[in-house]
Amino acid sequence: MRIPCPNCGSRSLAEFSYGGAALDRPPGDIGPSPETAPAWDDFVYRRDNPAGPLRELWFHAAGCRAWFVATRDTRSLEFIAEVTP
Amino acid sequence: MSHYSAWSLLRHALDGHRSWAPAWRDPAPRRHYRVVIIGGGGHGLATAYYLARTHGITDVAVLEKGWLGGGNTGRNTAIVRSNYLLAANSRFYEHSLKLWEGLTQELNFNVMFSQRGMVNIAHSNAELSALHRRGNAMRLNGVDAELLSRDDLGRLMPALDLSPEARFPVMGGLIQKRGGTARHDAVAWGYARAADARGVDIIQNCEVTAIRRDGDRVAGVETSRGFIGADKVALCVAGDSGRLAAMAGLRLPIESHVLQALVSEPVKPMLDVVAVSGALHFYINQSDKGELVMGGDIDGHNSYAQRGDPEIIDHVVESAIALFPAIRRMRLMRAWGGTVDMSMDGSPIITRLPVDSLYLNGGWCYGGFKGTPAGGTALAHLIATDTPHPIADRFTLTRFDTGDLLDERGAGSSPWMH
Ligand SMILES: Cc1cc2nc3c(=O)[nH]c(=O)nc-3n(C[C@H](O)[C@H](O)[C@H](O)COP(=O)(O)OP(=O)(O)OC[C@H]3O[C@@H](n4cnc5c(N)ncnc54)[C@H](O)[C@@H]3O)c2cc1C
Ligand SMILES: [Zn+2]
Repeated sequence: MRIPCPNCGSRSLAEFSYGGAALDRPPGDIGPSPETAPAWDDFVYRRDNPAGPLRELWFHAAGCRAWFVATRDTRSLEFIAEVTP
Repeated sequence: MSHYSAWSLLRHALDGHRSWAPAWRDPAPRRHYRVVIIGGGGHGLATAYYLARTHGITDVAVLEKGWLGGGNTGRNTAIVRSNYLLAANSRFYEHSLKLWEGLTQELNFNVMFSQRGMVNIAHSNAELSALHRRGNAMRLNGVDAELLSRDDLGRLMPALDLSPEARFPVMGGLIQKRGGTARHDAVAWGYARAADARGVDIIQNCEVTAIRRDGDRVAGVETSRGFIGADKVALCVAGDSGRLAAMAGLRLPIESHVLQALVSEPVKPMLDVVAVSGALHFYINQSDKGELVMGGDIDGHNSYAQRGDPEIIDHVVESAIALFPAIRRMRLMRAWGGTVDMSMDGSPIITRLPVDSLYLNGGWCYGGFKGTPAGGTALAHLIATDTPHPIADRFTLTRFDTGDLLDERGAGSSPWMH
């Protein structure tokens, strides 16, 4: 698999670390408050896990060492949308 | 069901094996079943079998979108072991291993269970200490485990590079002698035949496309062969768990990832144990046909592609050659991938779902084949009684909210790290 790094261009998978689905951090503090706990449980543990486009985080570990967001189709493994640094 | 035996083999030999009956029927789906199981892999078929055998529930259909065992059951490297650290996993997988030990007789189908021994190799003192700890935990849980010296490893695996110049020096190891391998398809076929004989309908080429609800309750499934009503519905779809859960409006603590495996050309017997190197993320054993069966880690990013990156194959082959230099000129014959259901703590989930009468058996990660007999036992018990089976009562969905996680590897909520 080749990954389009916004700084370095198309590079081999071996240079990257995966950061999983790019999810929005829930508002409020993490902690045992009954109001915020369900949203945090969801954020940490539950996933849409789509068979199709997935917005996800990549880290160019053996390159420019930047994190970026890319959208990839989990069926074809092709990157399908612009990457955003 | 006609009984398989040496005698039946002889009798059928007389007419050139032309009169064997099909091992299971090919029924058209009925309009309603008491229990519909989605997924004709090992877990779905085992669940159907134990529903019929243990609980007397035979009004059951197993719906499979392709052919039986065509998912991970038929793609896996068939290692069976119970060398776990955590008590809850140890209890479950040891129960499973005991069922494996009698499975061929139980099903009257040769699952070719071969207890050839499961060896973990340590390449550093720290790793050796971790194996000591694991071995002690196993013995405290009543599971067999023995420590191995370098010399022991050399006797068990003459091809293993024990020289001081070895790229990965070998310090010692741990063996579970009761571990080994089984014939992957035979497990699906054996459970299918035995379930069918007790009245279960096994329906292939039947893809579930939607889950119909009646308020809070499941009412049945839409399929490529029409609507099928059901009192209870169970998901046993491994890598497709997320897709099926989405049909019921649910999100799971599971991600789908690709796991690859590969085999070499067949050679004469050279390795008669299953060998694992944790440090290299590498394992190898020799099939009964003579091929070296090898695998490594998951690719490490979400995937439904059932194929993976050559980078992993490179890594696996490099590890194989580093440990067993004698095989460096052998040719690779095949490589393939399966979509595995990685749970957020690396342990399985066998549970009722938040929709009434909907059940899940999933989160098997890269190691659910060995759990097939116990997974089927536990899910059948849950469906029949609506209470968790004691061997699987920690495999809940709520553990992700309560913090009662079963994280064997201590990797946290990054499923690609387990
Ligand atoms: C390369 C590889 C190596 C592995 N090695 C080992 C090992 O050595 N030891 C071990 O213990 N485990 C191993 N595993 C893991 C093991 O294979 C799985 O955990 C186990 O087989 C899962 O069984 P299952 O019955 O849950 O899933 P599957 O066998 O995948 O069955 C699920 C079935 O559901 C069907 N399905 C999906 N969606 C639908 C739908 N909408 N409608 C109808 N049917 C549907 C699929 O077609 C499939 O047949 C390995 C996995 C892989 C991929
Ligand atoms: Zn870069």
